[in-house]
Amino acid sequence: MNVQLNTSPKVSDEVRKTTCYMCACRCGINVHLKDGKVAYIEGNKDHPVNKGVLCAKGSSGIMQHLSPARLRSPLKRVGPRGSGEFEEISWEEALETAVSWLKPLRDSDQSKLAFFTGRDQSQSFTSFWAQAFGTPNYAAHGGFCSVNMAAAGIYTMGGAFWEFGQPDWDRTKLFMIFGVAEDHDSNPIKMGLGKLKARGAKVIGVNPIRTGYNAISDEWVGITPGTDGLFILSLVHCLMKAGKIDLDYLARFTDAPCLVNGDEKSDEFGLILKDAAGKALVLDRKTGKPTPFDDPDVEPDLSGSYRHAGITHRPVLHHMADRYLSDTYAPETVAAKIGITAERIRAIAADLARVAFDEAIELDREWTDFRGKKHSKMVGRPVAFHAMRGISAHSNGFQTCRALHVLQIILGSVEVPGGFRFKPPYPKPFWAHPKPHATHQPGQPLDGPHLGFVHGPDDLLLKNDDPQINDPNTPKRIDKAFSWENPMSSHGLMHMLISNAHAGDPYKIDTMMLYMANMSWNSSMNTSGVMQMLTDKDENGDYVIPRIIYSDAYSSEMVAYADLILPDTTYLERHDCISLLDRPICEAEAAADAIRWPVVEPDRDVRGFQSVLCDLGGRLGLPGFTNEDGSTKYKDYADYIQNHERKPGVGPLAGWRGNGDEHGRGGANPNQIEKYIENGSFWVSHIPEEAEFYKPWNAAYQDWAVNLGLYDAPTPYLFTLWSEPLRRFQLAAEGKHRLSPPEHLKARYAETMDPLPLWYPPFSDADEGYDVHALTQRPMAMYHSWGSQNAWLRQIHGRNPLYVPTKIWEANGFEDGDWAKVTSPHGNITVPVAHMAALNENTVWTWNAIGKRKGAWALEPDAPEATKGFLLNHIIHELLPPKGDGLRWANSDPITGQAAWFDLRVKIEKTEAPEESQPSHPGQKSPVGAGPSTVKQKLGE
Amino acid sequence: MTTLPQHTEKSLGLVIDLDTCVGCHACVTACKGWNTENYGAPLADTDAYGANPVGSFLNRVHSYEVQPETGPAQLFHMPKSCLHCADAPCVTVCPTGASYKRVEDGIVLVNEQDCIGCGLCAWACPYGAREMDPSEGVMKKCTLCVDRIYNENLPEEDRQPACVRTCPAGARHFGDLSDPESDVSKLVAERGGIDLMPEQGTSPVNQYLPPRPRDEAPEFDVLAQFLEPVAEEPSGFLGWLDRTLSKVS
Repeated sequence: MNVQLNTSPKVSDEVRKTTCYMCACRCGINVHLKDGKVAYIEGNKDHPVNKGVLCAKGSSGIMQHLSPARLRSPLKRVGPRGSGEFEEISWEEALETAVSWLKPLRDSDQSKLAFFTGRDQSQSFTSFWAQAFGTPNYAAHGGFCSVNMAAAGIYTMGGAFWEFGQPDWDRTKLFMIFGVAEDHDSNPIKMGLGKLKARGAKVIGVNPIRTGYNAISDEWVGITPGTDGLFILSLVHCLMKAGKIDLDYLARFTDAPCLVNGDEKSDEFGLILKDAAGKALVLDRKTGKPTPFDDPDVEPDLSGSYRHAGITHRPVLHHMADRYLSDTYAPETVAAKIGITAERIRAIAADLARVAFDEAIELDREWTDFRGKKHSKMVGRPVAFHAMRGISAHSNGFQTCRALHVLQIILGSVEVPGGFRFKPPYPKPFWAHPKPHATHQPGQPLDGPHLGFVHGPDDLLLKNDDPQINDPNTPKRIDKAFSWENPMSSHGLMHMLISNAHAGDPYKIDTMMLYMANMSWNSSMNTSGVMQMLTDKDENGDYVIPRIIYSDAYSSEMVAYADLILPDTTYLERHDCISLLDRPICEAEAAADAIRWPVVEPDRDVRGFQSVLCDLGGRLGLPGFTNEDGSTKYKDYADYIQNHERKPGVGPLAGWRGNGDEHGRGGANPNQIEKYIENGSFWVSHIPEEAEFYKPWNAAYQDWAVNLGLYDAPTPYLFTLWSEPLRRFQLAAEGKHRLSPPEHLKARYAETMDPLPLWYPPFSDADEGYDVHALTQRPMAMYHSWGSQNAWLRQIHGRNPLYVPTKIWEANGFEDGDWAKVTSPHGNITVPVAHMAALNENTVWTWNAIGKRKGAWALEPDAPEATKGFLLNHIIHELLPPKGDGLRWANSDPITGQAAWFDLRVKIEKTEAPEESQPSHPGQKSPVGAGPSTVKQKLGE
Repeated sequence: MTTLPQHTEKSLGLVIDLDTCVGCHACVTACKGWNTENYGAPLADTDAYGANPVGSFLNRVHSYEVQPETGPAQLFHMPKSCLHCADAPCVTVCPTGASYKRVEDGIVLVNEQDCIGCGLCAWACPYGAREMDPSEGVMKKCTLCVDRIYNENLPEEDRQPACVRTCPAGARHFGDLSDPESDVSKLVAERGGIDLMPEQGTSPVNQYLPPRPRDEAPEFDVLAQFLEPVAEEPSGFLGWLDRTLSKVS
């Protein structure tokens, strides 16, 4: 057999390199074009994030780009909200409509505009716009995603996981991964796991569900949801009891030696003792005297206490010993609750101890710490950890995330070889971040950035300076972020926006503007309730939430609930910057940022939302968006990306500034985007070798970061095992502060806002009779709602049964094809079930956001996503069940306000198969119709 | 009937590491993307946005649960595509000669011009590795990216199958399995690579690396020494702290 075969076909006419947006991972991609059309997408081998590999979503980007669900033109609602009846309008009409709604708000009371963005990758830009407008009501989706993880990391050690840092994949010998959404940071984690597997390093997966990363882990801990903190602190207990803690590291680089004020009568009881200059004090081992922590000659003492005026002030480590050595955290005490044996807990603790201390590694690299002390080596503890939403989306999530960081820190495994490493612009301590702002005057910008890190009650956003308001505890923000209810809510509370706006609590708003946030479906708790809130009318027949502006590229469920649609582009048709001011793509050994650019032009009447905001900013006369003569400053987002300066010499992109030869700091460069495109759409600056580890304390790193513009001055700091911001809130509840939380919150402050991590049961433990935990996960091949419109990906994940563990499966006599009624304290759903053995025995789960409303995403009404798919969201309320006190208690972490999705408790019973999953909502009319029946694009011969 | 070559000059194929595969489906869509735009007819999807979407894929990932006698259940991901068998029953069953195995590298291909869409080869393949395109009615199968691995329009480093190039976990390897000195052959030897369903007598070229043992009971006796307590109570801990720090300084 000899067949003539061309084994060297032409691959494409041209390759254009840009950044993927099939999830939030932001890999580099090569987009192959034929005849000016997208033919094929593959990973970019030069790119720092993915080094050529690409996930299932990324390789299916062509189907997203060609999706039949793409919106085509600005739309004006003509039917009732929720119906999906729209009329196409011109951009001029759309923009003038928006201006006619927004301008009066800006001139009177900007808090009447709530501007929230979802999976926005331009938050430094959208927040800048909101700040210029003057509304206090801006946030992105962090509050319902993983703010516990981010905030706990920043408050504890100046950075968390994912964008903040990564395991030292090349040197780690033992890796523990907790509760990770497998669609996020997906390629770097998979690449890292591949490196560990190739070296034979051990992987321990902690997750109630054994899919993906947990499936390939060498050891799986099928933990009971919500008990991760208990497990982690039991490991801490074992390690401390065995003295397997890194005393040198704790003494030099953490607040373990810092002295805690022991004077119960003092207003600073439980805060760290400081000198007159505000420097934390430690005992110096040589002199025995309290000395500033950063004194060049100090040898911080972990052992001694400081006795002064009859009062004993003990170092933080002593308080830790009191707490963690107690039987509360002994393996025998906690094992049953966690769902694993005491022996297993000890074995894992012993493994951590063995690898961290007996298999320690050393790099022959000299470095100098912030006290000026020279070190001849870099000592590494080769155990690394990673965690995400599984541990954070609980009402005890913040303290659980803090507990994990405490475990990392006592092992001395943060910012050392083999451990966990920060990525620039992290490390950055909480006090180097802005505080939140919410003060506005008509026609003026907001007094500062919306979101930030509070240091204590003084930084809350309360209307206690407004003589018109009777209750001084009234929140300034619509989502009640930075209020007594959610004091450290660094990312806002997007999940409370619609609920609060509907309830007029704390006040009514006029216009809600949303971007890429599917709030009437998978991005809300209590989805059916939210759909009702969006369509409810007042006594005058007007919508309770009067106006809704929405921008999305696709015909999502949320489109049907908006009054004005501003259609966005696909990711291959737009400019974007993945900025160091925002959520950059850095690596542990390099700073990096990236762009997207229109590798093809849109074939529809759509515009990038950021460009639309530049236009609206000009029309509204917003500062920062208008020139002195009143004309519009930026013609589009690309213009902003190149020419905006946040402070002199620092702009959205760090590469090729000035004349193209300056990096980090430098003037605006009109050819900057061209330079990025020439370089594959990214920029990288490597960290010098002597600065690659110990970054928070390493003088060489600090100098490098200042030079690049990440810091204005060297910012060394100690890790905070003992959190003073938390303690300050407790002091307020104890009556030791000028401000005081409302009476009903005081007991909760005492219980939860402890300066040392602790575990308390998730609030849903109070839901008696609901014994089964219910979770969602996102599959690796889908990103939230987006995948369903993708003809390839929906063939991989088009259905989402409720996976039921063997014990519950057998108890209910379930068989293949059965359905179950799943009831929570809030309501019930009826859904298909499937058996899964590799699952915690008291946990059921399903894939998130596979279920779709009929008419959305250009799917046919009989698509399985709409008939058999479902959301757990319907039975997760944004509020806790009423307690009879008339108060609306949020189903959130009490410290940060993070949505407690994974607290959900249910009961489950077999039921007759209905025609469709319940609840079944009536379809929405699709403004784009449905997709073609057959897809088979081929551009080449 | 179509005959198989007596001997092939090389045996190009894949080595798939089941210890490392996380089941992410990256290989599935990278394959679909390349092969839709390249070799033969595009890989079509019918009812693409409807109730029963059916598309042709040359590579799919299946997941299997295993319940060992002791320890927790395990989940394995098993990517599957044509194994380019030495004794390929899909070739010998082909009535038109459309299915053939290349002498130069052992790749099994379908010449779509000669394929009449009878489906006998899919029936003969014990692995279910061939799929009839639902739109074009021709048989589709893994080509081992024959239009990539020799493609002079691609940089040298990219001359590998699309699935291998894209695999984020590095669980897929490509090479000549007839050469004992090749990287893939060494990997197979080192990790005890296996034939899939050897009882079928197909002599598959592709090899699977079995998962390493999971959830082995902790050897607590060995590990216990690492947790020898220094103290039972907080006061004892502080005593230990003092003694230890005195030794250091």
